[in-house]
Amino acid sequence: MSTRLATGGRLIDRSKAQAFTFNGKRFKGYAGDTLASALLGEDQMLMGRSFKYHRPRGVVASGAEEPNALVNLGKGTAHEPNARATTTELFDGLAATSQNHWPSLEFDVGAVNTHLSRFLPAGFYYKMFIHPRPLWKHVYEPFIRQSAGLGRAPDPETRDPDTYEHFYAFVDVLVIGGGVAGLQAAKAAGDAGAKVLLIEQNAHWGGRAPVDGGSIDGQAPEAWIDETLSALQAMPNVTVRSRTMGAGVYDHGYVLGYERLTDHAPQMDGPRHRLWRIRAAQIVTATGAIERPLSFAGNDIPGVMLASAVRDYVVNYGVVPGDRTVVVTNNDDAYRTALALKAAGLAVPAIIDARPNGGGALMQAARDQGIRVEVGRGIAKVKGGKRVSSVYMCDQAGSGAMLEEIPCDVVAMSGGWSPVVHLWSHCGGKLTWDDEQAFFRPDADRAPTGADGAAFVSVAGSANGHMGLAQGILDGDAVGKAAAKMAGFKPKRTKAPEAVSEDEAALVPVWLMPQGASRDLRAKAWLDYQNDVKVSDVQLAAREGFESVEHTKRYTTLGMATDQGKLSNINGLATLSNALNEAIPQVGTTTFRPPYTPISMGAIGGEARGDVFQPIRRTPIHEWHETNGAHWEPVGHWRRPYCFQRAGESVHDAVNREIKATRDSLGLLDASTLGKIIVKGPDAGRFLDMMYTNMMSTLPIGKCRYGLMCTENGFLTDDGVVARLDEDTWLCHTTTGGADRIHGHMEEWLQTEWWDWKVWTVNATEQYAQIAVVGPNARKLLEKLGGMDVSKETLPFMQWADGTLGGIQARVFRISFSGELSYEIAVPANQGRAFWDMLMEQGAEWNATPYGTEALHVMRAEKGFIMIGDETDGTIIPQDLGLHWALSKKKEDYLGKRAQQRSHMTDPNRWQLVGLETLDGSVLPDGAYAAADGTNDNGQRNTQGRVTSSYYSPTLDKGIAMGLVLNGPDRMGEVISFIKEDGETEMKATIVSPVFYDPEGEKQNV
Amino acid sequence: MLILHCPYCGIDAEETELHAGGEAHLTRFGPGSSDDDFEGYLFMRENPRGVHFERWRHANGCGKWFHAARCTNTLEVFGTYSAQTTEPPEEIRKILAKKRPGWTWRDLK
Repeated sequence: MSTRLATGGRLIDRSKAQAFTFNGKRFKGYAGDTLASALLGEDQMLMGRSFKYHRPRGVVASGAEEPNALVNLGKGTAHEPNARATTTELFDGLAATSQNHWPSLEFDVGAVNTHLSRFLPAGFYYKMFIHPRPLWKHVYEPFIRQSAGLGRAPDPETRDPDTYEHFYAFVDVLVIGGGVAGLQAAKAAGDAGAKVLLIEQNAHWGGRAPVDGGSIDGQAPEAWIDETLSALQAMPNVTVRSRTMGAGVYDHGYVLGYERLTDHAPQMDGPRHRLWRIRAAQIVTATGAIERPLSFAGNDIPGVMLASAVRDYVVNYGVVPGDRTVVVTNNDDAYRTALALKAAGLAVPAIIDARPNGGGALMQAARDQGIRVEVGRGIAKVKGGKRVSSVYMCDQAGSGAMLEEIPCDVVAMSGGWSPVVHLWSHCGGKLTWDDEQAFFRPDADRAPTGADGAAFVSVAGSANGHMGLAQGILDGDAVGKAAAKMAGFKPKRTKAPEAVSEDEAALVPVWLMPQGASRDLRAKAWLDYQNDVKVSDVQLAAREGFESVEHTKRYTTLGMATDQGKLSNINGLATLSNALNEAIPQVGTTTFRPPYTPISMGAIGGEARGDVFQPIRRTPIHEWHETNGAHWEPVGHWRRPYCFQRAGESVHDAVNREIKATRDSLGLLDASTLGKIIVKGPDAGRFLDMMYTNMMSTLPIGKCRYGLMCTENGFLTDDGVVARLDEDTWLCHTTTGGADRIHGHMEEWLQTEWWDWKVWTVNATEQYAQIAVVGPNARKLLEKLGGMDVSKETLPFMQWADGTLGGIQARVFRISFSGELSYEIAVPANQGRAFWDMLMEQGAEWNATPYGTEALHVMRAEKGFIMIGDETDGTIIPQDLGLHWALSKKKEDYLGKRAQQRSHMTDPNRWQLVGLETLDGSVLPDGAYAAADGTNDNGQRNTQGRVTSSYYSPTLDKGIAMGLVLNGPDRMGEVISFIKEDGETEMKATIVSPVFYDPEGEKQNV
Repeated sequence: MLILHCPYCGIDAEETELHAGGEAHLTRFGPGSSDDDFEGYLFMRENPRGVHFERWRHANGCGKWFHAARCTNTLEVFGTYSAQTTEPPEEIRKILAKKRPGWTWRDLK
């Protein structure tokens, strides 16, 4: 059984007991524990179930690479899935549950899959569920989705109660990783005077050195680490942060850091996570190395662990995973585990060393301790169910015939080490295969390069392939100095600290144990624990022709789980290269992508949530709307009233009331959001003739003209009324959402194509409040306010005039988007509210009724006016909408003219705008398609048109719609069928003129 | 997250301040042009692994468009320059000749 030792554990504080629960069961640990060490201390080895076969799984590792011990943390709104128990710091009251099992962790029905594994090979889902096709959507997919997935996502309706923030940092040298190499690199760069930021993902400094032993400058590693850290903390140009992971390295020295502030102490105030957005001139990654598992049958049974992890639990937490530990290795480092266990008074029945000649000094030390060492041997298989019970020892060179069964409850395995090259690779750093040490390491000649073309990432210590304490610290010193120099500083000529550790004999790569393992054994030798990928799966993929490592990865799902293959990648591609008879470097690696380990969505969002997610633009009349029942609608960054709801009134009723009041008497619309761009200069007329399809240069001063804008590919992009203010000044109105975009569009052409034209543009949208005064009594209201002549004779339709109304300076446009007598009045923004209040008060005698965007939409549709975004969708040209009258034939050129001459644009079979009226007066569904005879090649109904706008018209008391229909304008009076949302029910509608109301325009022109 | 120097306001701007505007130095073809010329202008773009000329706008800054010469492979930036030119200026060509001897791009070299 796994248990807590009576003494020891350098990271725990035995005076501070911490109570926690796992699957509702009460446990006890100590301050300084991780959840994994505390569970092991309480003999809870079983921590999860695997993804595909639901096999029982225990903890394998002691750090970020852990694939098995994933748990749900917290409850309710604070629930978080897929937390690694090995990096979750214990606190009093922590509540964790295990994942991926039903009904319980101990007894899981899904475990039947493990007995079906012969029938669930790599690519099983692709092969099995392709036929018959219709079954996929309704039978297979729902079932697979139900049984797949690890943790459960939080309830979408809950809101995360924690807060998060972003931090920005600009440094000369960023050092990622606080092991001895990272500490020394930071020290060397800091001593040179560089501004240094040193980050470490764990709560503790020094990496593996305190566990692995040796000495630095004659001191124990721990003493040197404390001393160096204190020195760094005292330097004004150096910042150090623990619990901060280097998540990703991006272009030109941009790095994301992920700091976990309160995960270990939820009672603390402040943000939970912090995302550091760092720009560094030079980046040093000192991210260490990760031990590799060995591939033997049963290597996933709880109790089989990485040798280094077993040692970590003993030394750091005073926890032993079991009573009797068999060590299996192909290198010297794992002997340290045997020695540490022995020193703690535990039994090590055997060290099984796959190397024919065994190791060096460390092997001798083990033998001196009386530990049995078997060289040239391997493990044929591990026996056990939810816990290891014994191993079958065999010859490594053979096919797995058992030589001896050795009872044990822990297997500490080591297949060698792989440098953590993720951060080096994120931004394009290339790797080289080190044959002697059997790992990929960074190739310094092919580093990520910055804006100046020089390398901006370097790697130090074991991440750089410099294994062992002595080499690592030397490398850290050299790399730290070099980085400071690259960043423009002069490193001091100091000597690097001198470290001593035991010499290690060379490892012998072992990719399969035993070398000639039978099919049965290979089918139980796991590569990827989290996604349940075995040696046999990768070999099958190779046989089936998946030769590229990227294809094999996707076919077998090797390395695609939440751990991104930190343990499995190298073993997996070595297995693939063996199956393909190719060298490992020829097969290559899959791509390392950020983040290094998953980071929270909350940290990515930072402060941008709720009210501060996006700034809201408010018109000067916004507050009035808010206090008068506005039912808001987002339009661009604005909020516009959809309608003004009165007590006891439905939205639909409010819209109808607003329309009726406007058409009968007087309506008011806050149109301040309309874009207002002033275009001025000697070449302004010429420029607008290019921007608009109409001729704008000939517009007389004092008049208005409706204009269309197209992009260079011919499609409609915006529309609005243009007014000529004086000889060289035009005011262009744009749609609400289009103001910034159209201003940018104008600037782009002025700056990049016609830069010698003398034109100046200003986006004056927010300088004015604009109010539409609409309805048969509109003129009466303005006359009542007084100050300027707004009569038909002085200010006819499509003209504008400056003056004052009720004492407020105003520019009055006689334009109409509703078909009624209508004035749009622009006043300085700071007078907007006063003017609105005046209109409401003085208009009361005509029942002045504020109306919202929906009434605006319905009234424009009754008049057959198009709306950008309804009738247009980025594929519509003016000709489709019957707007030929707005296309100047006199102009040689305008944006979009050439494109509109392309063959597809002039095709007479393009769908054309018409009005649509259902036979029974009902409302057509917006977007519905008109069915035509026959089916297309995909078996879908052919179509001959679609609805672009559809409303209930209270004015006409029936449904009205606009749509695009094949040869529509030539088919007036014809009845065609539209298909409802269910895909079957037909609605019959007659093709009519799109102008439903006042076709002669008599009402707006009075 | 590139950093580009805005030649108008003179600051080194991060990519979040910038708006990418596609390939630089296109020649506009309007009414009267052949279908091939118009297609080339509207749709056909270079996608080089190496030297490239691009349009950028300092959108969350001074609002000005400028051009950048950079390497799509190594992310090296050779220089930024005015958008009001039909081809890369001499000083950019000199840098390219030194750093990428034998470079070609469309019909430039």
